[in-house]
Amino acid sequence: MLRAICILFSGLVFGLGLCVSQMVNPVKVLGFLDIAGQWDPSLAFVMIGALLVATPGFFFVLKRQAPMFAKTFPTLTESGIDTQLIMGGLIFGCGWGLVGLCPGPAIASIAYGLPSSLIFIAALIAGMSLANSFTTALKRF
Amino acid sequence: MDIHNFTPFSALAGGILIGLSAVFLLLSSGRIAGISGLVQGALINESIQKRGQCTLFLGGLIGGALLYRMSPGAITSITLEAPIMLLVIGGILTGFGTALGSGCTSGHGICGLARKSTRSLVATFTFMTAGIATVYFLRHILGG
Repeated sequence: MLRAICILFSGLVFGLGLCVSQMVNPVKVLGFLDIAGQWDPSLAFVMIGALLVATPGFFFVLKRQAPMFAKTFPTLTESGIDTQLIMGGLIFGCGWGLVGLCPGPAIASIAYGLPSSLIFIAALIAGMSLANSFTTALKRF
Repeated sequence: MDIHNFTPFSALAGGILIGLSAVFLLLSSGRIAGISGLVQGALINESIQKRGQCTLFLGGLIGGALLYRMSPGAITSITLEAPIMLLVIGGILTGFGTALGSGCTSGHGICGLARKSTRSLVATFTFMTAGIATVYFLRHILGG
C-alpha cells in the first residue's frame, strides 16, 4: 500500500514537472530542436534541473542495500553500444522531430484533452508492440 | 542564432520536479522513471503486479498534469499542430525507436545520464541529433 502511494506520488510530481517546464507542449519542444530557426533553448534547462537533482540522488539511493518498499534494485546492466541502441535513437529522434512529443509528455498531454494526443498515443503503443515483435523475431535467427 | 520564447526559470523548476520524482521512485520502489519502459510495462510482458505499478505511475502522471492545469497562473493549453498522418507516423516512429533503443528522453536522457551510463549518453546524443535533423529538414529544407 505504501509503495503504491509512493509510485502514484512520483507520477504526480513527474506530471507536474512536465507541465511546469512546458516540456508537455510540442511547440516548445520543436522550438528547442529548431536550432537553425527561432531557437528556444528552454528545454536544455529542464535536463539541467533534472540532472542536478537526479545525479546526486541516484548516487546516494543506489548506495542503499534495497529500496524502501521493494526487495532489490533493478539490475542495470551495461550491455554496450549496439546497433539496436543507435537505430532506436535515430528512429525515435525522427518521430520526436516530426511531432514534438516523446512518451512522457504524450501521456501527460491526455490532461489537456486534445484528440490529437490520443491518436499519437495509439500510434506510439502500436510502434512499441511492433518493435517488441521485431526484436523477438531477431532473437530467433 | 536567434533566441525566442526563452523560459529558463520555469524550465529549471520543472526539471527539478522531474529529477525529484525519478529519485523518489527509485528510492521507494526500485523502479527507473523511464516512461517508454513504464508504458510497455503497463501493457505488455510484465506480471500483474508490475503492470499495476506502471499503470499507477502513468495515472499519477496524468493526474499531475491535471493538477497543474487547475492551479492558478498555469498555462492551460498546449499547441499540437501536426496533421493526423504526421501524428500516426511520428507516434509509430517514437514507439518503435524507444522500444528498440530501450529508452526515451526520461529513461536515457535523465535516469541514464544521472547514473553516468555511457549507453544512455550515446542514445541521448543520437536521438537529439536525429530530432534536430528532422526539424531542420521539415522547416528549413522542405518548408524553406
